[in-house]
Amino acid sequence: MEHKASIQPVEGGEVKLRNVTKQFGEDVAQTTVIQDCTFEVERGKFTVVIGPSGCGKTTLINVIAGYETPTSGEVVLDGATVSGPGPDRLVVFQETALFPWMTTLNNVMYGPVVQRDSQAADIEKKAHELIELVGLSEFSHKYPIQLSGGMQRRAELARALINNPRVLLMDEPFRGLDAMTRQLMQEYLLRLFEGSGRTILFVTSEIDEAILLADKLLVLSRAPTHVKATITVDLPRPRNLEMLTSRRYAELKSEALSILYQEAVSAFAAGSNAAADLVEAFEQRQSVQGKTDK
Amino acid sequence: MASPDTTTALESAAEMVSVRYPWRIRVRRWLRSPRPYRAALGIGVFFLAWYLLIDAFKVWRFGELPGLVNSTQEWLSADPIFGVSLFTAEYYRHIWTSFARVFAAFFAAITLGVPIGILMGWRRIFFGLTFPILEILRPIPILAWIPLAILLLPGREIPIIGLTFLAAFFVTILNTLLGVRSIDQVYFRAAQSLGFSQSHILWHVIIPGALPYIFVGFQIGMGACWFSLVAAEILSGSAGLGYKVWETYYYVQFPTMVITMATLGLCGYLSSGLVRIVGNRLMRWRAKLLAGV
Repeated sequence: MEHKASIQPVEGGEVKLRNVTKQFGEDVAQTTVIQDCTFEVERGKFTVVIGPSGCGKTTLINVIAGYETPTSGEVVLDGATVSGPGPDRLVVFQETALFPWMTTLNNVMYGPVVQRDSQAADIEKKAHELIELVGLSEFSHKYPIQLSGGMQRRAELARALINNPRVLLMDEPFRGLDAMTRQLMQEYLLRLFEGSGRTILFVTSEIDEAILLADKLLVLSRAPTHVKATITVDLPRPRNLEMLTSRRYAELKSEALSILYQEAVSAFAAGSNAAADLVEAFEQRQSVQGKTDK
Repeated sequence: MASPDTTTALESAAEMVSVRYPWRIRVRRWLRSPRPYRAALGIGVFFLAWYLLIDAFKVWRFGELPGLVNSTQEWLSADPIFGVSLFTAEYYRHIWTSFARVFAAFFAAITLGVPIGILMGWRRIFFGLTFPILEILRPIPILAWIPLAILLLPGREIPIIGLTFLAAFFVTILNTLLGVRSIDQVYFRAAQSLGFSQSHILWHVIIPGALPYIFVGFQIGMGACWFSLVAAEILSGSAGLGYKVWETYYYVQFPTMVITMATLGLCGYLSSGLVRIVGNRLMRWRAKLLAGV
């Protein structure tokens, strides 16, 4: 797909988490969701966070976005401590958070309009460019309910991009899409951002998606979560779905899966039902591989 | 087996939302669907039962009631026996009086009720202050408020409007509150990130987000208005449809009583329909099938 416009690089975008801990509730009802979590999102890189379900991935995004304040530790964006939500760190949410009562165009324009950082005509021009970039020109006057799931995600991307965020936080953005659309969206995201120099933190629970997109893969532990392992994904770019069959890909996947498996085992031992599925699936996979090897 | 029901539900949903179709097309579709004929059949059975029970066989106590033929003749007569028909000024005077009272009360209720409901949904402190007392006052039946309204409010007109207001007021507050609470947290978060100010959040997130519930409240409120209007008019009115129902009973003008009751039904139906039309206009974003956009 050819695009007239492309994504311009922005200044900054380096995020550092320093010993972030997040607890909810008080006294006996207190639970720790994030425990002493330290990592770095490198500027201009695609960092993917993967972890077992229910491990606190969304809380992590909420802390970085500024919706939640860490109980201790700090989130630092380009040297300044994050103290609340702002357009320099935009979130693309699970499912969709487009305002259903606004058209695509109004949704995209709304950030700059409320921040009053430029003329209305300029904002509209920019919005149209971005809507074209995400391939929704014909749908700019439609309401979100009239768009398909994939279109909604692209509209939401445009809504975030118009603000030139230093970091794009994507919280399982393709969740809820059917498998086919999901793959198309992954390829689309690669085409859009490879070489753009944008900083992206992408959260997912899908291992294929994670490796396909990532420069750096952070594997989270079970709750209370922290970074269990960092895997550098050295697959060449530009990437495409064919790489899912390469040898290097298989190695990376095994490496990540075995860490996730260990986490799932201990989560299961600690009483998590959600973890049981992964443990079982992983053991099945091992036994099938064992048979084919013989 | 479930398919006929599903189809009907889908049809009515489509009917609710397809505001953008030209009315000609909508009427043609409607006439081609089974819905108008089912409705006509239902209404027809009702009138047939009326005719058989009263006019034809005078079954038991039904014999005392005005017959279908009799009432219809009275309603359509240029010179009605009891002075009220489609062709008399008095008929429209009662309709107008009741409509004016209902709309005055309804608009007062929504102008006060919506802001209160929004504040309750949006501000914890305000909710904490107001919700308990609201929940104690709300279950008091409108009929029980009548003496207090007469004592407190001057004249004859204002107590009637006050009582009518009260019914819609509580419903509006509660539905608006529910509407604000129903807005997904994710929209507030998106708004915060995009740099919305508090007033932007109010006008561009809370109000449009709560609108579907608010309009459900308006429709229920409109029904409640007519309900309490009649109660208030019966007790302290000198005109209006509720008053007329009671007066005609008192003077044994039964055909006119039935005419007035039917008129109340039609007025209630029309005013709820009006609320629904306004709501659909304001909430086009909920319509999946907007033709010609």
